Amino acid sequence: MDDFLAARSQMALSLGFHIVFSCIGMVMPFFMAVSHYKWLKTNDEVYKNLTKAWSKGVAIFFATGAVSGTMLSFELGLLWPKFMEHAGPIFGMPFSLEGTAFFIEAIALGFFLYGWDKLNKWFHWFTGMVVGVSGLASGILVVAANAWMNSPAGFDFINGQYLNVDPIQAMFNKAWFSQALHMCLAAFTATGFAVAGVHALMILRNQNKEFHLQAFKIAAVFACIGALLQPLSGDISAKDVAKRQPAKLAAMEALYQTEKPAPLLIGGIVNEKERTVKGAIKIPGALSFLAHGDFKAEVKGLDQIPKDEQPPVAITHYAFQMMVGIGTLLALISLVYFIHLLRKKSLLEKRWLLKLFVLAIPLGYVALEAGWVVTEVGRQPWIIYGIMRTKDAVTPMPGIAYSFYIFSAIYLSLSVIVTFLLYRQIKMVPVLYNNSPSKTANH
Amino acid sequence: MEYVVITFLCLGILLYFLLGGADFGAGIIELFTSTKNRSRTRKTMYQAIGPVWEANHMWLIIAIVILFVGFPHIYTTMSVYLHIPLLIMLIGIIARGTAFVFRHYDAIKDDMQWLYNRIFRYSSFITPLFLGIIAGSVISGHIDTEAKDFQSAYIYSWLNWFSIAVGLFTVALCGFLAAIYLIGETEDELDKRRFIKKAEYMNIAAVLFGAMVFIAAHFDKIPLIDWVFKNPVGLIAIILASLSLVLLWYFLIRGKTQILRILAGFQVTMILVAISYAHFPNFIRLKNGDAISLFETIGPQKTIYSLGLALLLGSVLILPFLGYLFYKFQKKEE
Repeated sequence: MDDFLAARSQMALSLGFHIVFSCIGMVMPFFMAVSHYKWLKTNDEVYKNLTKAWSKGVAIFFATGAVSGTMLSFELGLLWPKFMEHAGPIFGMPFSLEGTAFFIEAIALGFFLYGWDKLNKWFHWFTGMVVGVSGLASGILVVAANAWMNSPAGFDFINGQYLNVDPIQAMFNKAWFSQALHMCLAAFTATGFAVAGVHALMILRNQNKEFHLQAFKIAAVFACIGALLQPLSGDISAKDVAKRQPAKLAAMEALYQTEKPAPLLIGGIVNEKERTVKGAIKIPGALSFLAHGDFKAEVKGLDQIPKDEQPPVAITHYAFQMMVGIGTLLALISLVYFIHLLRKKSLLEKRWLLKLFVLAIPLGYVALEAGWVVTEVGRQPWIIYGIMRTKDAVTPMPGIAYSFYIFSAIYLSLSVIVTFLLYRQIKMVPVLYNNSPSKTANH
Repeated sequence: MEYVVITFLCLGILLYFLLGGADFGAGIIELFTSTKNRSRTRKTMYQAIGPVWEANHMWLIIAIVILFVGFPHIYTTMSVYLHIPLLIMLIGIIARGTAFVFRHYDAIKDDMQWLYNRIFRYSSFITPLFLGIIAGSVISGHIDTEAKDFQSAYIYSWLNWFSIAVGLFTVALCGFLAAIYLIGETEDELDKRRFIKKAEYMNIAAVLFGAMVFIAAHFDKIPLIDWVFKNPVGLIAIILASLSLVLLWYFLIRGKTQILRILAGFQVTMILVAISYAHFPNFIRLKNGDAISLFETIGPQKTIYSLGLALLLGSVLILPFLGYLFYKFQKKEE
């Protein structure tokens, strides 16, 4: 394996792994806080048990997310030293704030996990909220740093020098808001569906129905609101990308020729050599509308981008299709769920609806990863868009392939162990939290 | 503002060494505990470091973020030439953090515990070993930015007697810090005795490895003795460290936990000061005799200004909260 490819693969793997864990770590605390609040208000044991059960999940995910995040803060330098040498002082501001947010999160988590019966109950609840809020803030800040790579700001690039550095301007670059919004909604949607789906599965298996039903309801509301808002945020992102990174948009839609009006492609097989797309469904003018708000507008194709500045088209296009397709599906499920809630039907009777949620367990995360592929691969060949090429940033050290193999093994085994631990946590729910009358009667 | 940033950098490294070090040390203690006492040690340890360990490791993040934002040249030089030890340290951090959490949160306690324990103990040893190796390499002057071949650029930069001696010294110090910390965390007289014994052994080990560092420095032609003894601050620091060693043994025999903790922290701080003060503000010493200085490679003014501000603001938020965390979960002395 070539070193450059190995470095990119290792970075993609580390980010892809970290994203899942950090999203769960930043969203689950909010579910926990809702359940905790209900316990404090209603004194219903189910909510207390649920909060405790979830908090164990959060502890596992937070620790894994924290160590993989630590890893990343080093990996940026280990793999891309030339990038960090110049970019560090410019886009470092969100990272230094993120350090604070992350620190607060870790402290608050310490209070929350070990604070049962030791702290004032509302202070305890508050620490749980702090975990969520600072986690979310961390997420937004890190995304703002990534947005800077797509939309460099806060410096003047003169004769290869990075001058007049302004880190605040760099942090509030043009892409930060649309990217952060899209990411946060994605985190809530993906985590919400995953959690709701797992609990739906347990309801379908007739285990601890009351416990899992309450869990399902809390997670599903977050998931469905997120999924319904996501298309709006996607629209903001699309218009933003069309303006700032026409090459990325063209790759997302595999638009080889500039067209006016431009059609939206659904599906299709990309042939990168012949620069064609076969078998796609074309919706006339729809891409013009999505990109510029006008059905007749011109959309820049890859023919207007110099050859050596074009991103890989097939990967970007397929990932984009996958993200949008799943997003649409999840939004539809959400719509059905809300209609269902309005009609006040009991969920337990609607097994097909629960089955839909079970189906959606991995989907949110698949879409989330696909979205990151779109934004990262779509930015290539640049590491700092328009300024520095990825291949110029890579470490001079040879043999990166080996470190890629090692990390693949580590991340693979961590994923297996975490899944195994969650499986065991869920399996033990009846033993740990069963307060049903039949069991208490035995005592 | 640059002084604020540099102060926080030093503080971050120091606190990571003390708190994160004690944390690694707990695993080292477990590694060197006889099988029959292990589960008891584990329990005390869990109660002691469980609530605070994540926070302890944040200091590393703070230090590394300051480095890459404020001193990118130092960060990238380390990243390139110390790639391998950094990588091993990171694997250690990942393995250790996850094993610690997994073994506690595995809902079913079975044979998997054996695996978690193994991973936890060995990574608790390897991580500070490589941290020490990295620290040693930074000042050893073996980093060769002009190297032409793989070995001299990426291997001998850290694989030398001095770095390894510093690594082992770090391990002993971590174990020592942890033992001192754990003495105060147990009620049981017998356990207390055991931790006192451990602290004594670790202290002896630290003194021995400390001597080894000097010997290795001599063979690797590193003017460590000059740094420590020919510089007034270094000399005072090393005298204070030695004095606190005497006091430490005095209080160790009597088991006065709070004083011990302060003394141990003080001693380790003094050792760090003694070794590093002489070449401040130089951070990395290079093979060709040059050095990379903090002041000369500091980032642009606006960056340093906002970084300093962020750190000050952050500490206003963090420190009271963190203090309360330690206070709340500390076992009260009667």
